[in-house]
Amino acid sequence: MHASARSPDWLRRSSSVTSGRGGAVAAGWVSRSWGPAAAMNFSEAFKLSSLLCKFSPDGKYLASCVQYRLVVRDANTLQICQLYTCLDQIQHIEWSADSLFILCALYKRGLVQVWSLEQPEWHCKIDEGSAGLVASCWSPDGRHILNTTEFHLRITVWSLCTKSVSYIKYPKACQQGITFTRDGRYLALAERRDCKDYVSILVCSDWQLLRHFDTDTQDLAGIEWAPNGCVLAAWDSCLEYKILLYSLDGRLLSAFCAYEWSLGIKSVAWSPSSQFLAVGSYDGKVRILNHVTWKMITEFGHPATINNPKIVVYKEAEKSPPLVLGRLAFPPPRAAAGPLSSTESEYEVASVPVSLQTLKPAADRANPRIGIGALAFSPDNCFLATRSDSVPTAVWIWDIQKLRLLAVLEQLSAVRCFQWDPRQARLAICTGGGKVYLWSPAGCVSVQVPGEGDFQVLSVCWHLSGDSLALLSKDHFCLCFLETEQGVGTAFGQRGDHT
Amino acid sequence: MGDWMTVTDPGLSSESKYISQYTSETKMSPSSLYSQQVLCSSIPLSKNVHSFFSAFCTEENIEQSISYLDQELTTFGFPSLYEESKGKETKRELNIVAVLNCMNELLVLQRKNLLAQENVETQNLKLGSDMDHLQNCYAKLKEQLETSRREMIGLQERDRQLQCKNRNLHQLLKNEKDEVQKLQNIIASRATQYNHDMKRKEREYNKLKERLHQLVMNKKDKKIAMEVLNYVGRADGKRGSWRTGKTEASFFLRNEDEMYKILLNDYEYRQKQILMENAELKKVLQQMKKEMISLLSPQKQKPRERADDSTGTVISDIEEDAGELSRESTWDLSCETVREQLTNSIRKQWRILKSHVEKLDNQVSKVHLEGFNDEDVISRQDHEQETEKLELEIQQCKEMIKTQQQLLQQQLATACDDDTTSLLRDCYLLEEKERLKEEWSLFKEQKKNFEKERRSFTEAAIRLGLERKAFEEERASWLKQQFLNMTTFDHQNSENVKLFSAFSGSSDRDNPTVHSRPRQKKPHGAPSGSPVCTSKLTKSLPASPSTSDFCQTRSCVSEYRYWSIVLSVY
Repeated sequence: MHASARSPDWLRRSSSVTSGRGGAVAAGWVSRSWGPAAAMNFSEAFKLSSLLCKFSPDGKYLASCVQYRLVVRDANTLQICQLYTCLDQIQHIEWSADSLFILCALYKRGLVQVWSLEQPEWHCKIDEGSAGLVASCWSPDGRHILNTTEFHLRITVWSLCTKSVSYIKYPKACQQGITFTRDGRYLALAERRDCKDYVSILVCSDWQLLRHFDTDTQDLAGIEWAPNGCVLAAWDSCLEYKILLYSLDGRLLSAFCAYEWSLGIKSVAWSPSSQFLAVGSYDGKVRILNHVTWKMITEFGHPATINNPKIVVYKEAEKSPPLVLGRLAFPPPRAAAGPLSSTESEYEVASVPVSLQTLKPAADRANPRIGIGALAFSPDNCFLATRSDSVPTAVWIWDIQKLRLLAVLEQLSAVRCFQWDPRQARLAICTGGGKVYLWSPAGCVSVQVPGEGDFQVLSVCWHLSGDSLALLSKDHFCLCFLETEQGVGTAFGQRGDHT
Repeated sequence: MGDWMTVTDPGLSSESKYISQYTSETKMSPSSLYSQQVLCSSIPLSKNVHSFFSAFCTEENIEQSISYLDQELTTFGFPSLYEESKGKETKRELNIVAVLNCMNELLVLQRKNLLAQENVETQNLKLGSDMDHLQNCYAKLKEQLETSRREMIGLQERDRQLQCKNRNLHQLLKNEKDEVQKLQNIIASRATQYNHDMKRKEREYNKLKERLHQLVMNKKDKKIAMEVLNYVGRADGKRGSWRTGKTEASFFLRNEDEMYKILLNDYEYRQKQILMENAELKKVLQQMKKEMISLLSPQKQKPRERADDSTGTVISDIEEDAGELSRESTWDLSCETVREQLTNSIRKQWRILKSHVEKLDNQVSKVHLEGFNDEDVISRQDHEQETEKLELEIQQCKEMIKTQQQLLQQQLATACDDDTTSLLRDCYLLEEKERLKEEWSLFKEQKKNFEKERRSFTEAAIRLGLERKAFEEERASWLKQQFLNMTTFDHQNSENVKLFSAFSGSSDRDNPTVHSRPRQKKPHGAPSGSPVCTSKLTKSLPASPSTSDFCQTRSCVSEYRYWSIVLSVY
């Protein structure tokens, strides 16, 4: 994917990368070899509302919403393929698994509108009427829509193939109550009846109940299938640390409790190989369970000071001249400066010991900002990225093969979101500022999103090929195309031509 | 020292106060005291000698004095001053000798007494100082005792305080524990209360939900509906089937089947993985065992010699295991006994190896220790010197070899006999040979191509010649000659003598002249022939037996040029 392959009129190169590559390490490159990306090209910014921007599962299209309009673009050329108009402001969109349909949920109206990519004139509108609508999702076959009514009265399963409508009663209102296996065969559903938690496993092909069992939880907070679809993890609400593992046939495989009394589990993630289950809790630790004995292998603490010299601490440091009035003033008017505008921050490898900035949690408030709020395994199972809510500016990256801390990225502002490249060990991070950050085992890079005005990256979303990355701000989005390392030589040569 | 009777006479002492208090029992005149004084105190003696004697003995009382002295002396055991008188009535005579003896004795006694007194005084002083010292010591010790007593009291006090504190802390701890217990109870009770309330509320909530559900759903809400342009096909292309009781049951069974299949597949996959891992580990174990056996078997003899060595019994096991090892297939069995055997034998061998390594370690450390003491050990410096010397020698040898090689090469290059050329050919590097071969084959191919072209050309010419009869004869003959020329050239494909001779005019291949021979042979390696020559040029040894090198090079070069000309001609 080279710049020359696309129409160059909308292509702009990141100022920081450009100058960084020209001036060696100066502009944010801190890497031992080539960093996570060789070169980056940015598309122009397109309008967006409610952060609704999604790549289709086959990677061909990109759907985005602007108020009540749904825009479908080609993921490569970004040319508009389809434009659909909904009845009201879109609050949620979802691609069907076969990338043929898009569901737009208009919760305020209790409506779901479905559009077909193949037949633009085809339309479907589902009205939940007075029952209301709080959630809507596709079934894995892409022919059924599961609508959750208000107050979780029931889940309605609408079929696009037949007139049949199924109802599932007693769904539980919780953090993550619906989960499909990756092969799309089974649906696990958290239920609540008679003040007890149950899990129902349904066969997606005919919505038959396969298993129904009660879980030994006070207040079930979430369920999640292992990627191999054979083990279901169910965890209790934060009042009690308890995680239960059920087999597909409803047998309890194991239960794990790390401690009592204090607040428990905050986040859970399966490794892509289903070998590990990472459990982040309010005590600021991640515990890794193995898939053979379901016992804890290791415990990753998140201390605020890092003493081990083996751990690389990348610290985002402000590089601005003293005249600039701090981060909020950024970016300075870039219209004139263009690619020459100075990069405001860069990564430095901090020497240990490093003490990270910690937040003092307010003890008298509910949902304290402590504990592991986010964690994600890399697609190759080798790394685990975590964020501790009490140290909101840092991302910890753990080596799963050696079971130790590998690197810590300390940002200037709180980390909003991070996501792994679906193809390789490359992590994209955003902090709500005008930059996107990439980490890979080779190094770390911060890239200024070019363009006029402020582009505050609130969320990132990878294309499934790992070649491009959608950057979402409050009312715009742009695509960032990453040239892979194989193309370093040519990209390097080309850059000079373009700038 | 004599024994002095020390009795104080109050009458006498009152009479003469300045006289010493030491006096003997006397009924004599008071003046006799003065003699006593002389005996006792020496200090006033020197002063008052005259007064003394004048006081004691006067002209008038000589007799009394003498008798008194006699009396006194006899009481002290001295011989009488008077001569032994035969009759009582007769006046006793004063014995001068006795008096002098007595005096002498008295003086001796006096001196002795003085000495003794001195001694006593010094001793007294000594004792006094001793006494002082001891008193000091006593005081000090007393002080110390006092301070330590005070200290002890202080410590006791502190101990008491600490104990008190400890007791308090214990009490506090107990209180805290109680508190914790209480709080836990409170939490638990609150939790149960909360849960209870939650349940109650949830029930209410459920009731409400139920009610709402009825209200919302059962009213036949017109709004709840799906508008769809047309129903789309299923993703799998199948059509939906009607559900009846029968199909439902079969569906259920099928689903169950599928689920178990999935589970089974997963377990099988995992089992396979575990098996693979196991096999790997087993392999490692086996290899370890084999290596251990091979490592340990040479040392079998040693431990066996020592009968007391506990490893002796284990060694026999090793032998057994070694025998077992031949039956490799047994390891593939994962039955318990085999597994046990394997692990046991590994464990045993490991123990042996460990002990062996430890022994070696000990030895090494011993040797190391000894080594430091040993003077025979070569010092590092010597070692380095030696290596340096050896390196130098190697360098020299290398140089020697190089010069020898050079000489040999030169000799070979300059020699022009057939044998030497063959040798020369042999001494080409293999690589060069290969290259030559390649070039040669290429050349051959080219020649073949040329020939082919030529043939076709001749054929065409023949056809052409048919039309022009007149020219034909002449042309044919010429062609024939040409063709013949070429074929001869081809026959001698390894040599280009013909070609050369065609230019030189002589067709004789076996030209015996020395001058032509190198020319005949050299072109064989035409491209590499020149390098040989040039190398010769640069080296330019005077030992060349043939004609001047320059000439030769020239000839070579010229030959090469001719060659290329010929190539271009054809």
